[in-house]
Amino acid sequence: MRGNNVMGLIFSNVHDEKIRELTEKRTMGSVPFGGRYRMIDFPLSNMVNSGINKVGVLTKSNYQSLMDHLGSGKAWDLSRKREGLFMLPPFGSLSSVSNSRIESLASITAFLTNSREEFVLLSDSDTVCNIDYMDVVLNHVKHGADITIIYRFGKIPEKFCNPTVYNIDPDGRVRDLLVNPKTDGECNFGMGMLLIKRELLIKMVTDCVSRNLYNFKRDFLQRNISNYSVYAYEFKGYAQTICSMNSYFDANMSLMLPTVRAQLFNKDRPVYTKVRDDMPARYGLGSVVTNSLVADGCVIEGTVENSVLFRGVHVGKGSKIENCVIMQDSTIGPNCKLNYVVMDKDVAIRNDRSLLGFQSYPVFISKGSIV
Amino acid sequence: MLPKQEVVAMLLAGGQGSRLGVLTKNLAKPAVPYGGKYRIIDFPLSNCVNSGIETVGVLTQYQPLVLNEYIGSGQPWDLDSMNAGVRVLPPYQRNRKSDWYKGTANAIYQNIEYIDRYNPEYVVVLSGDHIYKMDYSKMIAFHKEKEADCTIAVIEVPLEEASRFGILNTKEDGSIYQFDEKPKVPKSNQASMGIYVFNWNKLRKYLESDEANPKSSNDFGKDVLPTMLNSGERMMAYRFEGYWKDVGTIDSLWESNMDLLNPNIELDLSEESWKIYSRNPVMPPHYIAKGAKVQNSLVAEGCNVYGEIDFAVLFAGVYIAPGAVVKDSIIMPGSRIEENAIVQYAIVSENAVIGKGAVVGARPEDIENKDEWGVAVVGDGCVIAPGTTVLPKAMIDAETLAEEATK
Repeated sequence: MRGNNVMGLIFSNVHDEKIRELTEKRTMGSVPFGGRYRMIDFPLSNMVNSGINKVGVLTKSNYQSLMDHLGSGKAWDLSRKREGLFMLPPFGSLSSVSNSRIESLASITAFLTNSREEFVLLSDSDTVCNIDYMDVVLNHVKHGADITIIYRFGKIPEKFCNPTVYNIDPDGRVRDLLVNPKTDGECNFGMGMLLIKRELLIKMVTDCVSRNLYNFKRDFLQRNISNYSVYAYEFKGYAQTICSMNSYFDANMSLMLPTVRAQLFNKDRPVYTKVRDDMPARYGLGSVVTNSLVADGCVIEGTVENSVLFRGVHVGKGSKIENCVIMQDSTIGPNCKLNYVVMDKDVAIRNDRSLLGFQSYPVFISKGSIV
Repeated sequence: MLPKQEVVAMLLAGGQGSRLGVLTKNLAKPAVPYGGKYRIIDFPLSNCVNSGIETVGVLTQYQPLVLNEYIGSGQPWDLDSMNAGVRVLPPYQRNRKSDWYKGTANAIYQNIEYIDRYNPEYVVVLSGDHIYKMDYSKMIAFHKEKEADCTIAVIEVPLEEASRFGILNTKEDGSIYQFDEKPKVPKSNQASMGIYVFNWNKLRKYLESDEANPKSSNDFGKDVLPTMLNSGERMMAYRFEGYWKDVGTIDSLWESNMDLLNPNIELDLSEESWKIYSRNPVMPPHYIAKGAKVQNSLVAEGCNVYGEIDFAVLFAGVYIAPGAVVKDSIIMPGSRIEENAIVQYAIVSENAVIGKGAVVGARPEDIENKDEWGVAVVGDGCVIAPGTTVLPKAMIDAETLAEEATK
C-alpha cells in the first residue's frame, strides 16, 4: 500500500566542502556513486520504499545537475498527481543571512504549512544505506516521541565531519547530545536523519529564527533536548557516510563485498535511479575482469581489477585498470595503466598514459579533462 | 476528434511464434527477450519514435498479458504523449458480429475506427518479429516522392536463400510488377521485410473490399497486396540496407543474439542518435568476481558472474556460479547456472535453474551426426536437476519436467 502520514525532506547540499573535487560543479546529492547511482538516490529510494510519497528536495547551490538527474521524479515513481517530488530551491530574502539549514527550513514554511502529513522525515544526502523508515515511524509512535533521531553504534569513521554523538537511556530516550566531541571508543553517532512532527518542526524553526539562532545541531537540537521528548532509533545495517575523498573511494570499493551488496540492493526495496537506456555492457576478445562492478553501456577490451565502472565507460585494448572508480562516459584509450584513480565524468585518457595513485591518496581527474 | 496525425503505425503483434516452441508458451513472439535487456518489440517501437512516428497501434491476440504489461503507458519509448502514443488493440466484441483477428489485413480492418480518429495520410504496417534499426521517415519520404499508393521495404538476400522469402520483382524505376511468395526459381533477390507504407484512403478501400470477399484469407501478402497490384495501383519497392533479421526460429534468434557479439556485424545498439529503448530493470551494476573469466559477452545489470563465460548474452539478474561454464549461449532474466554446470549452444529462458554439474547442449564439433545437433532450449522456470544432461536440440518445458518428476 502506498501513502502514509509521513513526508520527506532531503538536504542536497551537505558537507559539500569536504569533497570539493566532486562537488565543485554539483551538490552532494548528485555525486555519482556505485556505478550508476547519485547519492540522493539512496535517501529518495528509501523514502519511496517506505511508502512516503511526498518528498521535498532542498537545494542551496550548484543544483543544475541535481535537477537534471531528478527531472519530474518519474524514475522514483514520484511524478504523481497526488503529492510527488517537490524541488525547493533557495527562496526569497529569508535565506540570505547566514546560509544555514534553519534558514532553508524557514524559507519553506509555506510548503510545510500546506502539507497534510503528520510527520516529517529529514535526511541528509551523504549516507549510503538501505533503511526502512516505517520501522522508525513505528518506534516514534510507540514512544510518543516529539523527535526521533537515527543513529549507528560503533567507532566513528576517520575524518567523519562534525559527528553528533548521543547519550541514550536504555529505553531509547536521548539524554544528551555532543557535537564533534573527542572520542576514540565506540559511541552512538548520528546518521543525519530525524523524524519530527510537522507542526513541531514549523514551531521550532520559527522559534530559532525569532531568536536569531541559526545552527541546526546546536540551536535546534542541542538546546531543545530537555524541552521535548527526543528518542533514538538504531540502524544496524550497512551504512557508509561520504565525508572525504578516501571515504568516497572506500564506500565504492565496499560494494565488491557480497554482504554489502545484499544489504544495500535489497530486492524488495530496490534503489531507483535515472534511466539511461544504454545497451548491456560488452566484453571484447581478450578482456580480463575480476572483482569489479560494471554498469550498462560499458565496452571493455582491456584488463579491469577491483574497480567500479559507471555507465558508458570504455576501456581500450591492452589497458590495465586497477583499484579505480571511473564515472560515466569516460574513455580510456589503448595501453593505459591506471591504479588508484578516481575519474569524474566524460574524461578522455589518450593512448599509453599511466596514472598511479595510492590507496590512502587516490588520484582525482576532474570532469571533462583530457589526459 | 483527435488532432490529425500524418502517419499512424500499426504493429502486428498477435502472432504465436510457434516455431519458437517453449519460448512463446506464455508470451507472444514480440515479447520474447533479446540482446541482454530488450524484447523484440523494442525494435519497431524505438524505430517508430526515432523516426518521429508518435501514434502506434499494437495489435495483440495470442498470450497478451506479458506484452500488455510491458508496453504499459508507453512511457519507456516516449510514447505516452497527450494526444497520440501507443495503444494496445486486442480483438473485441461488437454490436453484431465479432471475431478474432482472422489475418493480418483483417486485424487492421477491425481497427479502421482507431486509425480514422487520427485522420492520417499514411499508415505504416509493421511486424513484431524482426531485429533491425530503420528510419521509417526516409521510407515515407520515398513513398511521397514516388507518389506511390503502397511502398514495401525490401532487403537484398543471398540468391540461394531467396526461395525462403517473399520476393518482389521490380522494374527499373523500382515499381513492383510481381509478387513471388517463396519462389522455387527466384527472379530477384529482393525480399519483402514485411514493412508497408500505404495511403490510408487507398488501403481503407481495399481492406473493405477484401473483407467483403468470402474467399479471401484476409492476409496482406496473400490477398490485399496482390489485389492492389492487379488493380493497377502504384506499388514501389524501397531498398533498405543494414542489419535485418527475422528471429522467428530458435536458430535465428540464437544467431541474432550472437551477432551482437560479432564486431564485424553492423548492429550497434549503443548509437546515441538511435537508441533502442526498453523497460529497464531496477538493479545494481553487475559484478564480476575474482576468478571469473569473461570474454566476448554481453552482460546486463544485476548479474553476478563467478564462473566462466565466452560468447554469452546474460540478461538482468543472472547468476553464474563458480566453476560453471557458459559458452555460445543466451541466459534470460533471473536464471541461475549452478556450480560446475556447463551450458553451451543453448537458450535458457527466464528464472530457470541449471543444477550443479548439469550439462546443457553440446558443441557441434563434439557431435558426429550433425542432424542430431541443434541449439538446446530450457523453458521458463525449469529446474534442471544436478548432474543431468540436456541434449542438443532438446526443448525442455517446466510442466513436462514436473510431470516426469511425479512419475
